[in-house]
Amino acid sequence: MTATLQGVFGAAIRRPLTAFGLLFLVVVIVFALASPLIAPYSPLEIDSLNRLVPPNAEHWFGTDHFGRDTFSRVVYGARLALLIGIGVVGFALMTGVPIGVVSALYPRLGRVLMRGVDVLMAFPSLLLALGLIVILGRGVSNAILAIGVVYLTTTARIVYGVTLRLREETYVEAAQSMGAGTLWTVRKHILPNMISPLLVQASFVFAFAQLGAASLDFLGLGTPPDIPSWGNMLAESRLYITRAPWLLFFPGMMIALTAFSLNLTGDALRDHMDPRFREAMGNRKRT
Amino acid sequence: MLGFIVKRTGAALATLVAASVLIFMFIHLIPGEPAAVMLGDAATPEQVAALRTRLGLDEPLIIQYFYWAGNALQGDLGRSIFFDEPVTTVIADGAETSILLASITMIWVVLIGVPVGVIAAMRRGSWLDQGLSGLAMLLASIPTFWVGLYLILVFAAQLGWLPSSGYPSIFDEGGLANLRYLILPSLALATPNAALILRLTRASMLDVSKEDYVRTARAKGISPRQVTVRHILRNALLVVVSAFGFTFAALISEAVVTETVFALPGIGRTVVQSILRRDYPVIQGVILVIVCLYLVLNLLVDISYRFLDPRVELE
Repeated sequence: MTATLQGVFGAAIRRPLTAFGLLFLVVVIVFALASPLIAPYSPLEIDSLNRLVPPNAEHWFGTDHFGRDTFSRVVYGARLALLIGIGVVGFALMTGVPIGVVSALYPRLGRVLMRGVDVLMAFPSLLLALGLIVILGRGVSNAILAIGVVYLTTTARIVYGVTLRLREETYVEAAQSMGAGTLWTVRKHILPNMISPLLVQASFVFAFAQLGAASLDFLGLGTPPDIPSWGNMLAESRLYITRAPWLLFFPGMMIALTAFSLNLTGDALRDHMDPRFREAMGNRKRT
Repeated sequence: MLGFIVKRTGAALATLVAASVLIFMFIHLIPGEPAAVMLGDAATPEQVAALRTRLGLDEPLIIQYFYWAGNALQGDLGRSIFFDEPVTTVIADGAETSILLASITMIWVVLIGVPVGVIAAMRRGSWLDQGLSGLAMLLASIPTFWVGLYLILVFAAQLGWLPSSGYPSIFDEGGLANLRYLILPSLALATPNAALILRLTRASMLDVSKEDYVRTARAKGISPRQVTVRHILRNALLVVVSAFGFTFAALISEAVVTETVFALPGIGRTVVQSILRRDYPVIQGVILVIVCLYLVLNLLVDISYRFLDPRVELE
């Protein structure tokens, strides 16, 4: 794990773009954790005298149609972005990993489970999420669940493939011939070797979750409108794009750069781990 | 080859049947009594009862499914509650816009994504390659509706070159010139997808260039240009073609948002409006049609891939 992180930071120094990505993610995390300290105003504070004010010294990112400070809303929006990302990744891992591992270890059950995954994959992702929102209703946790189901499928597929290969490894067969139980083998040999590909997958899912959540917010089917999320801010900016283009610029920039940074991180992780990943699937146990 | 086609078609059909069960169950998974939910709070008990009967909601679930699936097979997807029209009519009304939007978008994706990907691969490691690859990653991370709103701001509101919303049919007044309404939406929709195809083309070119037959061709003294075009590009494009099915699904998904941004009368916007109107038969119908289309398209891609590259074996 430490070696992994060292590798990513090493790559970051060699590749300025990756360094930018990591730095931006740190900014988003700091925004989320310390929003009340950073935001100069309350994100919900209405100031009818200062409506649609362009960016200036008092309001760095300008104000919206209620006179709310855009910079403060952008800062608070980071909380929701992180919450959605962590929630979706958590859900995808907690469901996708067991489904993938069990399917690979018990082929009969696996055939049924992986067919189920195939069926879910036949639905275009946003349509699947929209359908689930209709069933579950609007809200933050439901948006997480709806997007999470979409990425449960890809996660389960990856885990299934990796487990199938690991199962054939000599050390796994050796452990089993020495009487190791399935649970022990999974805990000791299979899961530890899956961490690298899962980290890569997690960073991409985190990125897609941002875009998915923003789309749901934009359609008015995601986060409730009273919560400052970047997607909601964009949806509200629609009516004022010519009069107040800054309302369009800042939240959109945050979504794009967050997803971009996560994609860069995922790419760097993959480049760094590829040899190891092959090794893990190839012949030797990684320590 | 025939065995391959039969097997793949069978698998696609099985997936379709399972998906249709999920789509059918959709209406029953929504909390509350379906007929009452669809009609809203203002409905009288008589209206609810009438709708229950019309939708056959009094029958056991399994019977309901067979009725629904049987009707769907005969091209009857039920009636829209909001429009009081067959769902197929509602879908047909949006089909022109959506099909044209997807087609024009695919043209952008192919025209931009493939050649630029080839250029990046040919100049691998250069500043040009790094710049293009970085740009592609950035474009793939931008929400399509944000691109759309900016296109509206610049090309419609400020420059006034192109219309910002709506789409009159090409069969109405204006004819083919009406396609200009789809230029900005298709560009917005193409942005992330062209970026993904660019990355895929580049990666696939680099993969193929490591193949033995490419080394052989080079060793034979064939000019680098010939090697690139005849040996690398032709084989690399196989992978790209197989991604088109996937891209199409992405287009359908994202078109839901793009059609909303540009107020286009397409199927995607119909879905969103039907969700807000609780017009569940329309949602079910649209999703069923899209899943069918997606499965058929992927099946065709699979088969043509096998046809183009006989090395591909059935797993």
